[in-house]
Amino acid sequence: MTLLDALSLPFLQRALVAGVLIAVGTGLLGVFVVQRRLSFLGDGLAHAAFGGMGIGAFVIVTTGLVGSGLAVLRDPIWIAVPFSLLAAAGIYLMRRRTDLSSDTAIGVSFAVTVALGVMFFSLIPPDVNLGVSLMDLLFGSILGVRALDLYVILGVTLLAAGLTAAYWGKLAYATFDEELARADGVDTARAELVLYLLAALVIAVSAVVVGIILMAAYLVIPAATARLLARTLSQMTALTVVIGIVATLLGLAASFLLDVPSGSTIVLVQALMFSLAAMSRRPRREPLRSS
Amino acid sequence: MHFHSVSVRFSEAPVLEDVSFDLEAGRFLAIVGPNGGGKSTLIKVALGLVTPVKGHAALFGDRAGAHPERVGYVPQIKTFDRTFPATALELVTTGLRGSWPARVTQEEREHGLGALRRVGAEALADRQLARLSGGELQRAYLARALVRRPDIVLLDEPATGVDFLVEHDLYDLLEEYQAETQGAAGPATIAMITHDMAAARYHADLVLVLNRRLMAYGPPEEALESESLREAFGHRQHQHAVAL
Repeated sequence: MTLLDALSLPFLQRALVAGVLIAVGTGLLGVFVVQRRLSFLGDGLAHAAFGGMGIGAFVIVTTGLVGSGLAVLRDPIWIAVPFSLLAAAGIYLMRRRTDLSSDTAIGVSFAVTVALGVMFFSLIPPDVNLGVSLMDLLFGSILGVRALDLYVILGVTLLAAGLTAAYWGKLAYATFDEELARADGVDTARAELVLYLLAALVIAVSAVVVGIILMAAYLVIPAATARLLARTLSQMTALTVVIGIVATLLGLAASFLLDVPSGSTIVLVQALMFSLAAMSRRPRREPLRSS
Repeated sequence: MHFHSVSVRFSEAPVLEDVSFDLEAGRFLAIVGPNGGGKSTLIKVALGLVTPVKGHAALFGDRAGAHPERVGYVPQIKTFDRTFPATALELVTTGLRGSWPARVTQEEREHGLGALRRVGAEALADRQLARLSGGELQRAYLARALVRRPDIVLLDEPATGVDFLVEHDLYDLLEEYQAETQGAAGPATIAMITHDMAAARYHADLVLVLNRRLMAYGPPEEALESESLREAFGHRQHQHAVAL
């Protein structure tokens, strides 16, 4: 079967659409994650999604929802999403209300949520079929995207795009210099909370598709690549989205042609693009000036 | 600007204690005092960035921070992210919008270039901020503060560590701006932290000496008299200051 023939397969069409939507959602937020040196946030929130999926799966099994006729009720995502939002709010509050740095706050959340996930998954009898496996959660299953997943991802991507557009100027200003932005009346705390919550939402719905382990790559590598090429933040934002989409399409094609796992192939294509961008940069004639 | 019995503490350590003064519109105020004396904190209280534990501060008859569009702020230490991809013109445009521009419009570009021209930095418009020297950055920040034609300009040691912007130019620019804003609304107010006593004496029409407490406030010839400086700085530094 050729690649063109394969494009007529519904599961591959769903995978392409899901991959492109995730590239858009993670790309828009990834710009701020990279510029704010919050790369660990992607890992932290992806693992919070894992904890939420564990709790969700346990609740579904113990309450008998696993046999429900409504597909949405059998999906642990409806518990994973609010759980991830809570974890994001917890990280935000720890950072704002204590002297702890972001990576420490994220590290605490990371450990607690993974522990919860492992514990709740271990309580589920092995013979229960949840429709999503632990391996899918860890490494992703973009070719296994269902129509329902697609609608959820589409809704979340539209919400993320809308809110990011509304807050872009404020988020960018606060990322550039929080004090200056506050002096101009920008509510930098609210802008940061919006960023954390949106990241949690996008990551939670994308984690099953991309995989928890590779989720941070989606959030960081396209934005880091764009940073090497862009002169302004708006250029960086547009480039991040384009790089994310191109890497997804090329990665899916390569994974089909080479018969290798799609999630890891996409990330390796992202890494290749990052390397090319890094090599294309001329060496600096003068170093960046220190403040 | 009105400060009434303002006290500020950071982690229980007093930074400002019972500071009260009134600054009328159109004056040029120099704020002097030793390092750690609370000068930057005083500016941040005026901007609404720091909330006093006691007393209150007001600007334009309203709470501090209520009218950011009427204030031009030039910070001392450039706390901005040096890896942030940005041009000098984008920074100046934040002075017009109060947010970061996704795209600088033609009108904003013209205003921004005008402000950069005023501070002798038009050629820097499309340069990356990370590539600018301290003096060039200071000019870009000054252009950002002036582009919105503020009623008050707050400057936090704008000439410290600057390798390009001659302090003399800065005072000329500020006085020129004040003269230009003579009109229905009255001339703009300038409040500037400086370590240069000679400049404070020559250019400012009011001087505020601060060392956590307000040590002196008034015309330079009164506020900079020997006793208030001796109290604020201590004897050795005072001798240095007087020599200037």
